Amino acid sequence: MADLSINFAGIKAPNPFWLASAPPTNSGYQIMKAYDAGWGGAVWKTLGMPTINVSSRYGATNYGSRRMAGFSNIELISDRPLEDNLREMREVTKRFPNHATIASLMVDTQAEWNDIIKQVEDAGAKGIELNFGCPHGMCERGMGSAVGQDPVALKAIVEWVMDAANIPVITKLSPNISHITDPGLAAVEAKTDAISLINTVKSIVGIDLDTYAPYPVVDGKGTNGGYCGPAVKPIALHMLKDLAQHQLIKGTPISGIGGIETWRDVVEFILLGATSIQVCTAVMHYGFGIVREMEEGLHKFMDDKGYKTIYDFTGKALPNVTEWKHLNLKSDMKAKINEDKCIGCDVCYIACDDAAHQAIKLPTEGRIPSIIEENCVGCNLCSLVCPVENCITMERVDDGSEHVTWDELTLADKIPDTWNDDRAGGKGHFVPEPMEAMANKRKDRSGERNKQ
Amino acid sequence: MAEYKRPVNEQEFNENFKQKKPLMNDTQAFYESSRCLFCYDAPCMEACPTGIDIPLFIKQINTGNTEGAAKTIYDANWMGNACGTICPTGVLCEGACVYNNQDVAPLLIGRLQNFATKSVIDANTKMFAAGEDNGKKVAIIGAGPAGISCACELRTLGYEVDIFEAKANPSGLTVHGIAPYKISNEEVLAEMKFLQSQLGYNIKYNTSITSKEQLQEIESNYDAVFIGVGLGATAKLNMTGENLEGVVGAVEFIEELRMKHADVSIAKNVVVIGGGNTAMDAASGSARLGADAVTLAYRRSKEDMGAYDFEYNLAVGAGVNGLFNASPLEIVGNGKVEGVKFIKTESINGKLSTIEGSEFTVPCEMVIKATGQAKQGSFFELIDGLEIDNKTRVKVNKNTNQTTNPKYFAGGDAINGGAEVVNGAYDGKLAANGIHEWLMK
Repeated sequence: MADLSINFAGIKAPNPFWLASAPPTNSGYQIMKAYDAGWGGAVWKTLGMPTINVSSRYGATNYGSRRMAGFSNIELISDRPLEDNLREMREVTKRFPNHATIASLMVDTQAEWNDIIKQVEDAGAKGIELNFGCPHGMCERGMGSAVGQDPVALKAIVEWVMDAANIPVITKLSPNISHITDPGLAAVEAKTDAISLINTVKSIVGIDLDTYAPYPVVDGKGTNGGYCGPAVKPIALHMLKDLAQHQLIKGTPISGIGGIETWRDVVEFILLGATSIQVCTAVMHYGFGIVREMEEGLHKFMDDKGYKTIYDFTGKALPNVTEWKHLNLKSDMKAKINEDKCIGCDVCYIACDDAAHQAIKLPTEGRIPSIIEENCVGCNLCSLVCPVENCITMERVDDGSEHVTWDELTLADKIPDTWNDDRAGGKGHFVPEPMEAMANKRKDRSGERNKQ
Repeated sequence: MAEYKRPVNEQEFNENFKQKKPLMNDTQAFYESSRCLFCYDAPCMEACPTGIDIPLFIKQINTGNTEGAAKTIYDANWMGNACGTICPTGVLCEGACVYNNQDVAPLLIGRLQNFATKSVIDANTKMFAAGEDNGKKVAIIGAGPAGISCACELRTLGYEVDIFEAKANPSGLTVHGIAPYKISNEEVLAEMKFLQSQLGYNIKYNTSITSKEQLQEIESNYDAVFIGVGLGATAKLNMTGENLEGVVGAVEFIEELRMKHADVSIAKNVVVIGGGNTAMDAASGSARLGADAVTLAYRRSKEDMGAYDFEYNLAVGAGVNGLFNASPLEIVGNGKVEGVKFIKTESINGKLSTIEGSEFTVPCEMVIKATGQAKQGSFFELIDGLEIDNKTRVKVNKNTNQTTNPKYFAGGDAINGGAEVVNGAYDGKLAANGIHEWLMK
């Protein structure tokens, strides 16, 4: 059986599943409960200066029947007395000496940093995470994402921390920036031990249609929140990739955060270079018990692939993430519909006809659609909207012998200069005449009905 | 073996006749509506005789626009709430749901429909308004699904509408002829009140139109007439013993059941003769009223029955025993029913023949005849130039429901010989537009 234990920049943990600094890590009670449930580490809810929180605090984006596809909060750092947090931290680290109990910190002046680092080290914290990410509230006071968005300030503070700290330091980055490598590089130049990302994305999750106030509503007003949950995972994966591929950053351990809920998410983050992962929203939704599914799934994946530790496959997807200009223009995919599985919802048909390449046609009898091969550009849309498992598959139809990229064409001064270039991919595709779009002119069934 | 105890009060009656499709709560409707795939040119919509835009109203429920959903439903079908409950959805919209093709449970379309319509009925949401008065008047004969739908549609088009109804309640079959576990009287009448109060047509109850003089008066007072008379009483079997005490017609039995509930008397042993949906309702109803043994006798095989499978299964689930290939010869008894004498039948090359010497008697104290309803041929004869087909159905133009007497339009059972409420709803609406087209020419 695979060994899930990790050594993350000197912070050891029985497994890579950590709780992110957030409401689930607000107290020693919660963290002990999480460790008892199987979590390998926890980043304590950010400690700093006394503050006041508002009511209400959270909002969500639902999708269909699924709650919290995205989640937003306007909660600030811990509003519990620092001494209570430190006393509980002492108890947790004593009771769980082999778990990664990490203190998230956010203060203002160098003196404050020095002071609080000393206190959490005394409380037995195994590491420090610098909260340069919160995009609400604290950033208005020059902290949180205000630092994460300013690589110069970030670098200065990380240098203060590195001078003061005797335990490993993780710099947590904000995604609210054009190039994540800017703050990433600043952190590395300041000699951070590790990086974690992403913190939450600036957001407004919705508006109350009666009061016209954004969610979460506080006495008729609202503010931008920090967005997280499954909806932000693609953003997180991309930023993780940017850091893990960067020549000057890639040696620095990265803790991946952003919408992680299942073992598949965990594996994806590791494949793009993360060596620990942090979870918040999934726990806020389902409780600490979800770690069971992650752990069992990760074990099975590693056993199936023959990996002994997570380092055996860390970053394995990175070589395959490249720039568009390096993609093979000769690779050719076509959609294939399994007629036995097709239920005839024709969602693929209308998606393709209205929103893609008019490459699916309906039969005159029955409802099973078919692919118009010459028009299918292999875009995947039909297979993505199809509600039936493995019904529409994308099949590669070229033999793989040809390989041409835009970069190669550019270097050879052979980029196409006509619209009809064989290599351009659009040749042979037909587009119906505009007038055929009108309901009474259409050739499909609804058109036929409109004519009656 | 009886599955149900004899109900002695309204509460026990309601327990035995529990609604088959109860109203969904908000959470059920939310999750169920989330499952809709929003099919292109959706098969459910095509399967609906009234063509309700089902994917649209389901999406509207899912987005919290229940009133919009109800509007979508009523735009296509004035009997929206009744149809959601009583339509044979398993063979219509839900039967056409594409989920069936992967053995995934189809959307509960009927119940979602009710969820939307019931909410606007209960809240008496203002949904409809009569059109600007166009100075023309239409008479409607029969306040059944077809007549009501025709009236609603005509009111939106600005016509003054008077309905002549033989009975004391509107909605015809819906309130009189359908088993109580499919819909309650309160629910039917609430929708009727909802529509009438917003659209303002008049109904003259207990007013049978049975003479040429009445029709002539109507013709002279109205610009057009819609015939929505439905079917008549249970047809005669012309069999010995038919007049014995304890022999009743299924239509009459169900009507009594709908009106009197637990006060309807039932025998210990009941034989129901027939193989249609009304027979199933009568058999199920007998069992739920607490009869010890209910025999459903049909002269052909089970597969030949006109009833939907789910209706038969429902009856069997209520404790009804099916007796097939048994043709009734006579009802035996002395003043009162004592049994039904049958002869066994067999079908050879589709031709039914009796098996000599196979007679047997099923003892019972009550016989319910569910062998079809009388046609309204004598009424149709009162109307000049009205052509009917060889099944006593009024001939109409399929696009307008205009009869061969241009002043008369018709719909529902009068033109189809007996079908679902939803068919009547469609016919009435179509006829209203046919009338409008004809009168505005």
